[in-house]
Amino acid sequence: MTDHKEFVQIRHAQKSFGALEVLKDISLTVERGQIVAIIGPSGSGKSTLLRAINDLDPLTGGEVWLDGVQVNRSLPFRQYEKHINQMRQDIGMVFQHFNLFPHMTARENVTMAPKMLKGLSKDEADALAREQLDKVGMLERIDYYPSQLSGGQKQRVAIARALAMKPKLMLFDEATSALDPELVDEVNQVMKKLAEEHMTMIIVTHEMDFAASVCDRVLFMDQGVVVEEGPPEVVFKSPEKERTRAFLRKHLEGAR
Amino acid sequence: MDFDLIVRVYPFFIDAAGVTILLSALTALLGLACGALGAAARLSRFALARFVGATYVSVFRGTPALIQLFILYFGGPQIGIELDAFEAGVIGLGINAGAYMTETIRGAIISIDKGQKEAARTLGLSRWQAMYKIILPQAARLMVRPLGVNLNMLIKATALVAAISVVELTYTAQRYIGSTYKPFEMFLLAGILYMIIIYATGRAVAWLDRRVQIT
Repeated sequence: MTDHKEFVQIRHAQKSFGALEVLKDISLTVERGQIVAIIGPSGSGKSTLLRAINDLDPLTGGEVWLDGVQVNRSLPFRQYEKHINQMRQDIGMVFQHFNLFPHMTARENVTMAPKMLKGLSKDEADALAREQLDKVGMLERIDYYPSQLSGGQKQRVAIARALAMKPKLMLFDEATSALDPELVDEVNQVMKKLAEEHMTMIIVTHEMDFAASVCDRVLFMDQGVVVEEGPPEVVFKSPEKERTRAFLRKHLEGAR
Repeated sequence: MDFDLIVRVYPFFIDAAGVTILLSALTALLGLACGALGAAARLSRFALARFVGATYVSVFRGTPALIQLFILYFGGPQIGIELDAFEAGVIGLGINAGAYMTETIRGAIISIDKGQKEAARTLGLSRWQAMYKIILPQAARLMVRPLGVNLNMLIKATALVAAISVVELTYTAQRYIGSTYKPFEMFLLAGILYMIIIYATGRAVAWLDRRVQIT
C-alpha cells in the first residue's frame, strides 16, 4: 500500500441521464483516514456521486481514483468486470435500505463474500464473522435472519458485512435515513467507532449533528455542483454561500 | 352407470395413467430446461439473445399447443424430423411449457429487489456470482408456486397428445369408448384419474413451497 495523500480522488466527475445533468464537473479529494460528509437537498446528486465512487452508477465523464488506482478505467467488458470486482473488494458500501441477504443469517451475510472471494476456510470465516459482528454489537444475534432483526440491527449487520472484506474505504449512503429515530443512535455509534479507528469514510447524510460531530470535512451539494465545502465548524456555523444558509435553515426548521 | 365395465377396464386406465405421469414428468423436465434457457436469454445483456428469448415466448404462447404438436408430428417428417408419437408429445409439449416457464422464471428473478444485486456487486461479486449466490436462491423460492401452476396446466395439456395417438389416459378412454359405447363412464374414469394426479402434484408443490420459505 503506497501512501498517496490523495487517497480518494474524484476528478471532474460528470453524469447525465439523457438531457438531465445530475453531476456537473465535481472534483473532490479525500485523504487517508479522513471522514467526509456530503449533505444537500434530495436530487442534489449526492447519492449519485457516492455511487459513482464504486461505479455502481457509472460516470459519463471524469475519473475516480482510489489509492493510486483508477476505479472507472475504460477497459473491454470482461477485463473491466474483473477490474471493478477487484476494486470493489476494497470499497465497502452501506445502503439506506440495508440490502441484507434475507436468505442468509447474520453470520452468512458477513462470511459469504470473504469465503467466496478470498477463499477463507469455514473456521477463518467463522472467526471473522464473530469479530465483525462483535464490533457492531451483534454477536449475540449471529444466527438470526434479517427478518428477525430491527432496522438498526440490520444496518449494523450490513456494516459488519462490508467491514468483513477489510475495505480501504467505506461509503455510507444515507445509512440512517430509513431507521426509526430511536434506532439511529446505535448505528451512529458504530460509525463513530469506525471514525476513531481512522477508517476513511464518505458519508451521505441528512443528519447535520452527526456530520458535525464526526466529520473532518463537509460538502454541501445542490443541483449537481459542490456549493460549499470546508470543516464542519465553518460550513454549519458560518456558511459563506446563501444557498448553504438557506438549506441549513430549512433543514433545522424541519428537524424541530 | 355401468360399474362392472369400470371395474373391468380400470387396470388398463391405470397403465394409461402411468403413461400420462411419465409424459408429464418428462415434459416438465424439458419445460424447466427450456424455461431456464429462455429466462437466461430474456435477461441477457445481449440484444440478440433477448430477441430470441422474446420470440420463443411469443411464438409458443401465441399459437395452440395442438397445432404445435401437429406441425412437429405430422409436418416433421417433411423436413426430416422423424419422431414417434411419444417423443413428439414430450418434445412438443416440453417446448410449449418452456415458453410459459420462461416467463415464470424471469418474473421471479426480476421481482428480487435490485438492492440485492447492488449489495452483492458492491462486495466484489461478479454478475454470475451475484446471480447464483444471491438472486437465484431468493427467486427460486418465489418460483415454486407459479411453476406449480405451470405444472398443473402441463399435466392437463398432455391430453392433447391423444390427437397424435400417444396411448395415454385420454387416448385410452377414447379407445374403450370405441368398443363399449360408454363415453360417460370412460371419460369420467379418465377425469378422476387426472384429478388424482393433479391433486397429488398440487400437494407436493404446496409442501415444497412451505419447505423453502425463509424463516
